[in-house]
Amino acid sequence: MKKVLILLALVFPLALAQNVTITYWQYEFRSKVEAINELIRRFEAQNPGIKVVHQTFPYDAFQQKVAAAIPAGQGPDVVNLYYGWAPTWVKAGYLVPLPDDWAQRLDRDLVAMAQAAKVGGRLYGVPTAVRSLALFYNKDLFRQAGFAGPPKTWEEFIAMGQKLTVKQGGRFTQIGYGIAPDGQDHHLVREVLVRQFGGRPYSDDGKRVLYQGEAGLKALRFYTDWVRKHEIGVPGFFPGNNGYRDGFIAGKIAMIIDGSFALGTIQQGARFNWGVAELPLERPGGRKANFGSFWMHGLTPLATGPKREAALRFLAFITSEETQRYWLEKVGELPASKNLIRDPKLSLHPVYGPFVLSLAYAKATPFVDEAAQRKVMVDAINRVLLQGMDPAQSLKMAAEEEQKILDQFWR
Amino acid sequence: MRLTLAWREALWAFAFLAIPLAFFLYFRILPAFQALWLSLYEWHADPSQRHFVGLEHYARLLEDPLLRRALWNTLLYTLLGIPSQIALGLVIALLLQWTPFGRDFFRAIYFAPYVTPAVAVAWVWSWMLSPHFGLVNELLALLGIPPQPFLQSPNQALPTVTWVVVWQNLGFQVVLFLAGLESIPRQYYEAARIDGAEGWRLFRHITWPLLNPVLVFSVVIGTIGYLQLFTQVVNLNFTDQGGPLNSTLTLALYIYQLAFLRFQLGYAATVTVLLFALILLVTLVQLKLLTRRVEL
Repeated sequence: MKKVLILLALVFPLALAQNVTITYWQYEFRSKVEAINELIRRFEAQNPGIKVVHQTFPYDAFQQKVAAAIPAGQGPDVVNLYYGWAPTWVKAGYLVPLPDDWAQRLDRDLVAMAQAAKVGGRLYGVPTAVRSLALFYNKDLFRQAGFAGPPKTWEEFIAMGQKLTVKQGGRFTQIGYGIAPDGQDHHLVREVLVRQFGGRPYSDDGKRVLYQGEAGLKALRFYTDWVRKHEIGVPGFFPGNNGYRDGFIAGKIAMIIDGSFALGTIQQGARFNWGVAELPLERPGGRKANFGSFWMHGLTPLATGPKREAALRFLAFITSEETQRYWLEKVGELPASKNLIRDPKLSLHPVYGPFVLSLAYAKATPFVDEAAQRKVMVDAINRVLLQGMDPAQSLKMAAEEEQKILDQFWR
Repeated sequence: MRLTLAWREALWAFAFLAIPLAFFLYFRILPAFQALWLSLYEWHADPSQRHFVGLEHYARLLEDPLLRRALWNTLLYTLLGIPSQIALGLVIALLLQWTPFGRDFFRAIYFAPYVTPAVAVAWVWSWMLSPHFGLVNELLALLGIPPQPFLQSPNQALPTVTWVVVWQNLGFQVVLFLAGLESIPRQYYEAARIDGAEGWRLFRHITWPLLNPVLVFSVVIGTIGYLQLFTQVVNLNFTDQGGPLNSTLTLALYIYQLAFLRFQLGYAATVTVLLFALILLVTLVQLKLLTRRVEL
């Protein structure tokens, strides 16, 4: 009899929570969709009262669907978003803050860049996985050119790049480095080069632009010289949405800087030996810097009442260390937990290793209006590359423009 | 009271018409007015937290350099695109009408781009226009012309995008003109020939004036199309949409970016109202200026 009572007492709260249905939204990416489907199966088995509906949309339409659905009360309770979108979403009322103990957990367990999930001091989401940048290089082309390994400094990088560039008439047939201002290179300038050259792109509170200083100017000049002076690459060399990556896969580009998220595509496509290395440095032993980013899961204002409880439980499940381990295996994205990335098996891994090592010092740009701020830096680079503007003038324009965006947001 | 047959038929007709009308009012007209209302508010997902800002967004229109750029670009697209597609469409339609064989075959060829998805068109063209691998530069090289950057140049990108759109619209334009040409009664030409008119004069005094309705329709529909230009611009430079350096940005794309990438739906609605007013105004002016009653 007592046993039955205990059983009843255990089952009763679950029975109360019965028939709660929550909705999870993410954009369509096959391995992620499959992973979430499997995770939902596991979660539902552990939480009999909760049903999770999983809906996906093409990447291009994702924000549009969110923008329209949530005000109509039809959207997700838990939503997946790029961390840089969080501030605009928060301002427009699409995300609600997580309970305080979640912020403590984040501070304690996750890599430093995850702090970017906070807006105005409050936490709005948690990542399962994080990403960083590294140098991808074509080992076959390197061997042919007589290089033993990837460049350690930018000086080596330029020398190698020049040797790996082939120009016939006015047209390039092979380039040393896949220049891509609108790929990952705007991050490279803003977060990597500025810091390596001893500067800071933004003030600590993220409210002031600082890259217009000496280090920033040196960074922009240095980067644009790769095209203008050293000719180790040319913008738009290979056509397509991610031409720099496609050109690398096609064997026409010897080196690119890309995120860990590109690993799957490159693994599938490249028909040659390739390697990954930590980003080159200004000089041996110089300062290391990297751009970190992540997709996080946030709670929308639609998750109210019993749905909020269920949504938080689901959120905890899909960000747990166990899930992070599964995610790495299934999707190939690096775990967000400090604990897990300390695993030497991971940091010594030939492909994940360079990314994992960079996570220790990678910083996520404190975007407030990612789309607009991204454009500021892409345009700053393009004014120099395509219009021949002086880097100092272009950078000054960019800093003024971006400061306006920051002021607009924080006013 | 008994209704006459005519009345009953009329009532049935109204009943059936009411359905599409209701649909039209609810899904087209009502949202248009909602946009007007929205443009006076600071957007928030929760309707109760939308602040009324009055004409603040309209004031922002006046000092928004990106908006100015988008307006200017949209004007350029229209001014370049409309005359090109009408001139080319007319020439091709006249040639097709004149050719004694293969008319259907050529018509199908010219129409094919129009029914090809714009995304696919953009993809193929971005390859053909590539400075380093593209067919177009290959051909230019044969003529001894140095490789052109096309979509990668802030100066060439807009005309290049316009060309792709013209190429895609051409098939539709040709079909319109062919239909217009077919509808001109043969007798006019025969009578004119008896009076000794030939070639250019036949075109100038019969074909051209009688094509006026087709021309007006083409200009109005074409202009609206260019004012709403979006898909090709987005896909021809996918990772820097509207670039390089805003050189291909259009009003529709700017609205999209404001609303769905920056979540500023209030201001986006304001720009939409501007676009609405612009289309209305341009269309009315065109209808007034272009429509002619033709008497022979």
